[in-house]
Amino acid sequence: MDRATTSIDRATGGPSAASALVLYNLSKTFGGQRALDQAALDVREGEVHGLLGQNGSGKSTLIKILAGFHAPDPGSSLSLAGEIVSLPLAPGAFRRYRISFVHQHLGLIPSLSVVENLLINRLATEAHWAISWSQERAEVATLLQRYDIDIDPRVDVMSLAPVERALLAIVRAVREIDETAKTGIGKGILILDEPTPFLPKRDVDRLFAVVRAIVAGGASVIFISHDVDEVMEITNRATILRDGRVVGTLDTPTSSKSAFIEMIIGRKLNAYGRGTMEDKQKGQAIRIERLVGGSVTDFSVDLRPGEVLGLTGLIGSGYDEVPYLVYGAKPAAAGTIDVGTGSRPLANASPSRSIAAGVVLVPADRPNAAVINQLPVVDNVTMPMLDDPFSRWRLDRRGMTARTGELSTRFEVVPNQPALPVSALSGGNAQKVVLAKWLQRAPKLLLLDEPTQGVDVGARQTVYRHVAQAAAAGTSVLCASSDYEQLELICDRVLIFAQGRVIAELADGELTKDAIAQQCYLGSAPTTSEDVS
Amino acid sequence: MNNAPDGGTVPIRRSAMGASRKQAKTSVLADRIERYGLMVAWAALIVVFGLLKPGTFFTWGTFSTILGSQSVLVIITLGLIIPLTANDFDVSIASMTTFSSMTIAVLNVNHQVPIGWAIVVALASGLALGFVNGFFIIVFRIHSLIITLASGTFLHGLTLWMSDSMTISGVDQRLIDFVIVKRILGVPLEFYYAILIATVIWYLFEFTAIGRRILFVGRGREVAHLSGIDTDHVRWGCLIASAALGALAGVLYTGTQGAADPVSGASYMLPAFAAAFLGSTSILPGRFNPWGSTVAVYFLVTGITGLIFLGFSSFIQDVFEGSTYCRVCYGGRRHGHLPLSPTRWPTSVCCWSN
Repeated sequence: MDRATTSIDRATGGPSAASALVLYNLSKTFGGQRALDQAALDVREGEVHGLLGQNGSGKSTLIKILAGFHAPDPGSSLSLAGEIVSLPLAPGAFRRYRISFVHQHLGLIPSLSVVENLLINRLATEAHWAISWSQERAEVATLLQRYDIDIDPRVDVMSLAPVERALLAIVRAVREIDETAKTGIGKGILILDEPTPFLPKRDVDRLFAVVRAIVAGGASVIFISHDVDEVMEITNRATILRDGRVVGTLDTPTSSKSAFIEMIIGRKLNAYGRGTMEDKQKGQAIRIERLVGGSVTDFSVDLRPGEVLGLTGLIGSGYDEVPYLVYGAKPAAAGTIDVGTGSRPLANASPSRSIAAGVVLVPADRPNAAVINQLPVVDNVTMPMLDDPFSRWRLDRRGMTARTGELSTRFEVVPNQPALPVSALSGGNAQKVVLAKWLQRAPKLLLLDEPTQGVDVGARQTVYRHVAQAAAAGTSVLCASSDYEQLELICDRVLIFAQGRVIAELADGELTKDAIAQQCYLGSAPTTSEDVS
Repeated sequence: MNNAPDGGTVPIRRSAMGASRKQAKTSVLADRIERYGLMVAWAALIVVFGLLKPGTFFTWGTFSTILGSQSVLVIITLGLIIPLTANDFDVSIASMTTFSSMTIAVLNVNHQVPIGWAIVVALASGLALGFVNGFFIIVFRIHSLIITLASGTFLHGLTLWMSDSMTISGVDQRLIDFVIVKRILGVPLEFYYAILIATVIWYLFEFTAIGRRILFVGRGREVAHLSGIDTDHVRWGCLIASAALGALAGVLYTGTQGAADPVSGASYMLPAFAAAFLGSTSILPGRFNPWGSTVAVYFLVTGITGLIFLGFSSFIQDVFEGSTYCRVCYGGRRHGHLPLSPTRWPTSVCCWSN
């Protein structure tokens, strides 16, 4: 709790904490639609300031105004490091005020080395006759060491883990701030635009360690995220946007999570009622037996129709591989599955066989594995339905569009335009498209991996509701997730993995977020758990 | 291109939806211009050349020459867009055309094999090449560009060996009759063969589940695989189709010339690729499509024919083609409408190096 006290000091810092950035009366209108409506933001020196809000709340517009990408409406005012700045900012003007951005897609070139990626800016702006690679390498090594990041500067970015890439992008941004130390104005502001949604918890902690080191040096960080837990962990204060307006700024250490969420979504959270167990015991079970493959060493389970079973554990425990092994997306070494039509070996499972047997998968990597972003919603939704009923002689294109329209209404996809490419939808709406794509088949077993990754709080509720509805209609659900609260909310039963096997089972009254966390950490370190008991 | 979980685009999109009617009309107009721009440009070319050289250009003979003479190129281009839609290259297709053409000539002229059987053998060699291409690409996971470059070079060598690097003429007149001599409305039959194939591919791409699957495999191979589509067989099938159409183009080439030329294929290679890309900017912008490709071929041929009528010598062909591709493809790129835009290249490039 050391951090909490220091953050209170900073948050209530009084006269010593000068403002690094003050935005006031900031509005932005796009063709009659207000994306930002008199927004205000005050970021102090040396603080981590969260910026939260659902999709379309105006976070990105605000950031793009700072980047000089959008011009705000007249009347908006901005001051940086106490100096009034005239708006709109010229593109690139932010560099003079020592502002640096890390966007979600990081802007790294995977096929180039770490050193080359760190040099991109400098190579783009300065004329070099010769590059001393050994000197650059040494410099980069020192820089990485400063933030305790263990990466070989010579390797290609392609070969780095996702978290290492994120860290590299952050270090590159910090380096930009450092380089303008003499010429620039202010102490530096690092803007992190959703750097974490595809990172597991442990990696997020590494990233946060670097963020703390940055603010310790006097710079400020604006941290944009969907994840309330992360914002609560890392920020000193947080500003919440809803529909283009600032709903309020919360002092993080003294605010509760429910206060955050209510401000974000503008209503109270409701828990999802689990069906009574009696309803769910009828009918035939789905049985997975002695599954081996990847880091899963032995896994067997019986699922009742309509049961929502959660799988979790720490990274590397193998729980997140189970959906892919069962579906045939990753090769299993052994094991069988019986969905009520007889036992089938998993070693030769394939997606097409699984789909035919009524098993479907919603993978975690949505942009690469679940939807084709450039293609319209209608093509994505009807992808697994082309054999029937749309193609006797000729694809019934009108029928496909009508069907997609109906499904989009049912799954609350906004905007409901089947011809729109999926890339035009927000993460939450894209995930609803994925659910519509698979749930229209009324599967016997729905496999989920991190079903709400990159999905905002409001859309999460919709995703949960559709999973609950599918379960109520008799679909068994197997959900791998590292979000314990989500598991508590939607699952009837949760299995906890360690070293490739199930080490604990939680159900009914025992099934709480804290109990899951406890079991996960107990399982990962058996020696300490013995010491404790 | 990836969907950002944070919807910075949402307000912009809303604004686009709620835009005034005037703006909506403008975007519909822009869309139409993009779709039919190439056809309009083609019509404009015809009118301009017609006005400049009314006596020679505006004759049915010129039109039938333009329409009839390019069927080989149209069919090669149509063959190419099938694997291109599945995100595979087939650079062996023009070598296949020459090989097929030479096979017919060698069998029919040197060995007195009946023309029917010679054509069957030529088409079968196309299927075989497609099968072999697919085998190495799918089973050994080698990038299609490398394999088809290799197989194309190999076939070219085989063609030179077969023919002693000589043009072989004297092919059965019946083949020539059925390709260029017989005419409907004054246009040689081979034009109608090309149109028939374009129609079949159009139907395949637009109205069949197979066409959708090819598109899915091309645009999101992993997504297609996880959606239960047998991506390997789809790709393999596409490569067989392209090689078979290459072989068919060879049959028509022999019929058009009455002879087989061992080095003719090279002159079709780049124009076919260029027409495929140029075609992907019109009719159905952003997708390789048969009508766009066909129009692209005829647009280019009309321009070149007209310029030659105006007295330019044959160098104008390359100059006209090259400048047109640059200009039109730049337009398509600007609208994010090229199916293989640079943002999509890295995956292919990575595959080569693997």
